[in-house]
Amino acid sequence: MNTPALKDWPLWEVFVRSKQGLEHKHCGSLHAADAAQALHMARDVYTRRQEGVSIWVVPSASITASNPDDKGELFDPAADKIYRHPTFYEIPEEVGHM
Amino acid sequence: MSTAPNDYLLHLADNAVVLGQRDAEWCGHGPILEEDLALANVSLDLIGQARLLYQLAATRIGNGATEDTLAYFRDDTEFRNYTLVELPNHGALVGYAASDRDYATTIVRNFLYSALMVLVWDALQKSPDADLAAIAAKSLKEARYHLHHAADWVVKFGDGTEESHARAQAALDHLFPYTEEFWTPSAAEDAAIASGAATDVRTLRAAWDAIVADTLAEATLKRPDVRGYVPEGKHGRHSEHLSYLLGEMQGLARAHPGATW
Repeated sequence: MNTPALKDWPLWEVFVRSKQGLEHKHCGSLHAADAAQALHMARDVYTRRQEGVSIWVVPSASITASNPDDKGELFDPAADKIYRHPTFYEIPEEVGHM
Repeated sequence: MSTAPNDYLLHLADNAVVLGQRDAEWCGHGPILEEDLALANVSLDLIGQARLLYQLAATRIGNGATEDTLAYFRDDTEFRNYTLVELPNHGALVGYAASDRDYATTIVRNFLYSALMVLVWDALQKSPDADLAAIAAKSLKEARYHLHHAADWVVKFGDGTEESHARAQAALDHLFPYTEEFWTPSAAEDAAIASGAATDVRTLRAAWDAIVADTLAEATLKRPDVRGYVPEGKHGRHSEHLSYLLGEMQGLARAHPGATW
């Protein structure tokens, strides 16, 4: 396959909401010339097996990602704060499933 | 209940299977991975439409006919497809042609054909032939997507670079004369109209012209001035290209009749 398009076309992140799902989940990325085309291509690449009922595409360049090197300072401090988990609460019977 | 004549079902099925086969030639050779998948999807939609129509025709024909005998064991002169859909994925080859597959030709053909089929399927989903109407309703959704996909590319090519514009215009100039065949009913179409099961395709011409005019205007492409020769593929008189296409498509089934895997 020729590759020029891969250099010229921006990368898009694709989020798909499944029939049962409440939220859009990240499922991959693709190259497309513009947003409308990215939606079309996402349909063809990621929903061929009835995976979704709704698609979002976002320019990958618009995503600000955390630096893997900062993993320690960002996430490790949460490790010893188990009291933040709601497992210590007794849930009254009448509340039902939460 | 009025039923569509079998020859008319075969006309619809042959269009779909032949164009599906042509589009499938891009499989693994698409300009980029995403587009390779997109066109393969179009191709599989078309082959799916053809299967439904062949199955329906086979049931009505009886005598041991199946979707496979209709697709794989009829010769080119028995095929009732438009000449447009059997043409190769390129126009006249020039010395500097980098490949014998030209994406503009494929896209412009899909555009001209799907612009017709959204209208045909829309009309046929109201057919009193309930089986045909059900196939039409399913195919309409697919054809709408095919039209959207192709029209998007026609605009991107036409309103793109100097080269993409020139290649899109060349594809349009090459293919447009073949659309004349849409508007001259064959005996099978006349019989289908008379049965009440099908719409006279000539009544769809103004709507087709409007779809084409809108997209070409946005694409800054010029509609070729066409008059004269009317191809007769749907009468069984084809270009030299169909028998080669069928040779490839039917070869395996004919070498191993009845094989399963």
